[in-house]
Parts: sequence; C-alpha cells; structure tokens
Amino acid sequence: MGRISAIGIDVGSTTAKIVGVDEGGELVWKYIEPAHPRVEEQVDRFLRKLEEENGPIDGIPIVATGYGRNLVHQATRKVTEITCHALGVFRQLGHGGTLIDIGGQDSKVIVIGPSGEVVDFAMNDKCAAGTGRFLENTAGRLMVKLDEMGQLALSSEEEVPISSTCTVFAESEIISMIAHGVRVEPILKGLHRSLVKRVVAMVRSVGLVPPLMLSGGVVKNPAIRKMIEEETGQKVTMPEHPQFMGAYGAALIALRGKRRTNA
Amino acid sequence: MKRDWRASIRYYWNVKVLGNAYLRWQRWRMERKGPPRRWRTDILAPPLKIGARTKELISRHYLEGRYANGHKPVAWVTSGAPVEILQALGYYVLYPENHGALCGARKVSVEISTEAENAGYSRDICSYARTDIGAMLSGKTPVGKLPKPDLLFACTNICQTVLFWYRVLAEHFKVPLIVIDTPFVYTSPQEYSIQYVKKQLENAVPIAEKVAGRKLSYKKLKQVMRYSRMAAELWLQVMERGKNRPAPISVFDQFIHMAPIVEMRGKPETVDFYAAMLREVDDRVKKGIGAVRNEQRRLLWDNLPIWYKLRELSEYLAERGVAVVASTYTMAWGELAPLIDPEKPFESMARTYIQPILNVGTGKKLEKMKRMIEEYHLDGAILHSDRSCKPYSIGQVDQRNRLIRDYGVPALLLEADHNDPRSYADEQARARLDAFIEMLY
Repeated sequence: MGRISAIGIDVGSTTAKIVGVDEGGELVWKYIEPAHPRVEEQVDRFLRKLEEENGPIDGIPIVATGYGRNLVHQATRKVTEITCHALGVFRQLGHGGTLIDIGGQDSKVIVIGPSGEVVDFAMNDKCAAGTGRFLENTAGRLMVKLDEMGQLALSSEEEVPISSTCTVFAESEIISMIAHGVRVEPILKGLHRSLVKRVVAMVRSVGLVPPLMLSGGVVKNPAIRKMIEEETGQKVTMPEHPQFMGAYGAALIALRGKRRTNA
Repeated sequence: MKRDWRASIRYYWNVKVLGNAYLRWQRWRMERKGPPRRWRTDILAPPLKIGARTKELISRHYLEGRYANGHKPVAWVTSGAPVEILQALGYYVLYPENHGALCGARKVSVEISTEAENAGYSRDICSYARTDIGAMLSGKTPVGKLPKPDLLFACTNICQTVLFWYRVLAEHFKVPLIVIDTPFVYTSPQEYSIQYVKKQLENAVPIAEKVAGRKLSYKKLKQVMRYSRMAAELWLQVMERGKNRPAPISVFDQFIHMAPIVEMRGKPETVDFYAAMLREVDDRVKKGIGAVRNEQRRLLWDNLPIWYKLRELSEYLAERGVAVVASTYTMAWGELAPLIDPEKPFESMARTYIQPILNVGTGKKLEKMKRMIEEYHLDGAILHSDRSCKPYSIGQVDQRNRLIRDYGVPALLLEADHNDPRSYADEQARARLDAFIEMLY
C-alpha cells in the first residue's frame, strides 16, 4: 500500500506499541500488546504484522523509544519517552502545556513549550509509587479487574485513606483493612487518591503550565482522570490514543529525519 | 597523648625511610609512563600527569596515619574544620569524610557501612557517618589501618550530623571532643557571630595544646595560614581555568584532585602540588586540550560527587559531548581564599569558616550558581539530590526551578547518594539523564 512513511516503536515496561504514520504525519496504523520479556522477538513479530497489513517496510525509517528501546535493533534512532511523548501529544492536540503521562513503571510530568519542545520534566522516584504498577499490584490483591477499578472506585461515596505510598506497604495496609471488614470500593477510591496525590505533587514541583494534558495507559481509568481534575482544579484534555503517544512521537521523529535526509 | 619512642622509630623507618622511597619511586615510574589510563581516552583527554603526585600525596598521608599513634598527636576532624590550629601544633589530621569518599570510590562503602547498620545505625543517617562508624567498629578500611584519635574536632559549618557522629566517636575512643558551633549565615555574617566563633577557636587552643603536649607557636600558625591561603588560591585558579573553551579539566578531574586541599591544607607540599597542577592545566589551555574531546555542551554540577559512579558518569556524559566544567562543591575550598588573613589568624579563621556554602542561605547558593552559569558559559545544570547530605540538598527544587525560569537553562535533579550505591538506581538515573541530554541539543 505504501502509505506508511515512518514507524515508531515504544517498548514500555507493561505494553509494547507500534505506530505507522503517513507522509503528512497522520497516525494511520497502530498495534499494542502486553510487553514480552523477549523484546527482539516481539519487535520482529510487530514488524511482520505491519508488513502483512501494509506492505513492505524496506527503507522506512524506524525510531524506538521506551525502556526497551536499546533492544530494537531495527531502529535507525533511539529517543527517550520524554521527547517522544511531548512530540506526539503536541502534534495531536496542537498546543503546549503540562503533560502527565502515567505508565506502568514510571510516571512523568512534561512541560511542553509552544513549539512542542520539552521545557522541563519530572519523573517519579525510583520506586513504583505513583505508577500503573501501584494499581496493578493492588488490583490483583483485591481480585478486581484492572479495567474495572476506576469505575468501582468512583461508585463509592466513602473513601478510606491509604497512608503508604510504597506499593508493597500499601498492599499490607489493604490486607489489614480487609481483615477489619472494610469494603473494597472505598479502599479502591483511597488507592486512586494516593496515586493521584503523588503525581500531582510532581506537577507542583515543576510548576503547572496550563492546559493540563494526560497520556499513558493508566488514563483509560476514569477515576484517575477525575481525581487529577479535582486535585489540580484544572480541566484535563486527552489525545485520541493516549497509550500510543510515545510510539507516535517516535514515528514523527523518524519522519522528520527522513524529510531531512531527502531534502 | 602518650609518646612512645618505639612508635617514633617505627614511624621514621616505615614512613620517612621505606615509605617515602617507595612512593617516590612509584611516582617517578608513573611520571615516566603516564598515569594508568583507566578511563576511556577516545572520548576523554588522557589523565592529568599530576595524578602521579596526587597518588603519592594521598598514599603518604594514609601511610603517615598508619604509624602516627604514639609518635604524633592524632586528630579526627570534619571537612570544614579550622584545621590550621591543629596543623600548627603538629597533629596528624584524619578526615573521616575523605576516608569515606575513598571507600566510596573504591566501592567498599556498602560493606563498611553495613557494619554500622548491623550495630543499629539507621540507613537514614549520612553515608559518610555510617562508613566512618563502620570502619571504627570493624577496623575495615582500604588504606590498611586508621590511627586512633587523641582528639576529635568537629565544626558545625557543614551539617548538624557531625555533632552526633563525633559524640559517638568520642564515646567509643574516650577522647576529648571540641565542637566549634558556627551560627547559620542567612545573608551576610554578623559581627557578633564572628566574635562568637573566634572566642570558641581561642578556647579550643588550650585543649588542643594539652592533648598535643606542646604550646602553640603563633609564628607557626601564621605560616600555616599563609600556606592554607596560597593553596586555596591556586586551587581556585585551577578551577577557574574551566572558563576556557574547551575546558581543560572537568569537575570529575576536580573531584579526584581535590583531596589535598581538603585534607592537607596548611602544608607546603600542598601549595607545590597545586602550583604544579595549575602549570599543567595552563599548558592544556595553551594547547587547546579539552577534558572532553568533543565538547559540545557545558554543565554545572551541584552537591557532592557520586563517588562510586565517577567514571561511569564522566564517560556517559563525554560520549554525548557533554563536559561538566564547574561545581559549587569543589568551589567551596577555593572561593573563601581571599578571606584568610595570616596576620589575624583567629579573626580570619572565624570569618572564613562561618561562611562555607553549607552554612549560608540557599539564596546565596542560587546566586552563586547563576554567576557560574554566566562566567563559565554553561548550557545547563545537574543538581545531585543527595539523600545523605540534607543541608546541601535542601532548596534544590526551588533552585532548579529558578534556574529554568530565570535563566532558561535546563536543569536536572538527579536523585542519588554520595556514598551509598544502594540509593542509586542505574536504570532510572539513565532515563533521566537521557531525556535531559536530549533537551540540551
């Protein structure tokens, strides 16, 4: 078909994504899977799938991002998630501001300048507090499906404060709450609150430049979105495909590189 | 202290005769062949030739320490202590913080601080303190043996931890402890604060004299002060050569060669050492040699080094064309040189030792950073948020934000610990550094 002009691959800690863009930088093809421990094999499979559906990819530039980016040998360039997310979101929403990206292993706050450049960023400490892993871990313990967590949390009027920000300690705290007969929904609500407070503290540390934007897998969770709005007092905007912004930004960088070499 | 003629014989034989000869031979060999190239020289300049002398000085310092007990009075002091009094009284002076850094650089700090943790000292305590207490309890050290102190000398101008740390040492070794309390300086030092510190310094003299068993000679003290000032001035000039493009030395070089100005202040050989270092650095400037071969961007470093990651960080940055050319930390041992007045030893010691970077308001540090960014033509700053050094790290969030806001220079807060690798996450640090460097280009 030949409509794909550049490819972006985002190998995250929880999911791996691939995106194809056309000559004009529009997102025309995307695919996502849970992250596989054998990154090389997974990327090979991704590219084969892309070829099957879109035709040969010879000569199409590839940029990789995410924690596993250095294992993507097919990539012409490797760029960090920070730069890629900023670029992807900027292109989709058309403006700068403050982007919150909550991923599986880390969450980041990126201040994006008026032309899509990274002005400043902050990342969570070197632990899982304030990341998707925090929710994932406790969802398992509470026997709740990950994609139902947000709804359940919002369904509760009550909220139980979770004082531990540490994922492991929060889990023990929850176990003791269950042992005291506390219902699951208020615990879930407290859990979301704890995560959001961590993330909002990070926003404050870099200084909020409106508008506030969200990306990353965790923003599919409605409770997170709502609570971020509550805690910051700002309306949040989201791109159409929040989970693909890293891969999309990577594809845009690949496209830019191609134009430069052609010119 | 009790003098022992057998200890003196051992000292002369092992240090002055055998040790000196061996170390001189080792230096001569290293000067001929050049210091070992342990770091990548395809991206970094070859190591400074002065390294041969640094090694000789530091090795001799610890060798002297090994045989000092019974021959010389020994004092353990904090890094910001007015050591000139002790030097003038002929003390052998040991800096537990420097020893800690050495343990960090040799990657044995975890093993040694675990000894302190096993004895009940929390991991939240400064990693220098833990390393020192661990070494005290277990006798473990990469330098052979540390001498027992006859006197402990702590000055609060670097932090409050030293108060408790040195009390632990005093209890363990059962020796006198002198504490010099330096009131915090918010804007500029108050005259009464200086008088207060001066009085304490004067009061310390009789105690130090009694332990040493000799009287302080004022002539000697003035001489020591002169050497102190000369060495500090030379060190300052060495660092200021970093204003050149390309910078002849990086802060990683400074971290390696700063040991003499910290632990051998007031000695003539330290003056000679920095004079020689300045000559070599000037020679590099003349030949246009940069510490980083492909210098594209220039950065500021704030806070202590990450001792166990010096090489990794230096190579990582150099590979990306980034030279870290100035630091607030190494500057601390040079910037106060003009305040040292050998004619007014106590007055000027009080004035000098009351205003190192850790005893003045955070706004002062911000001003300093801004000045350095201008004078050294810097493109950004890395602020090491040091889990162990709270007084240095406090205010960094604001300082970082203001550097970005007011100066438009990118600044990164890098979370680590100066001596405890367990508080350093390679992957996360790499993720931040990668993103930061993309912002620089």
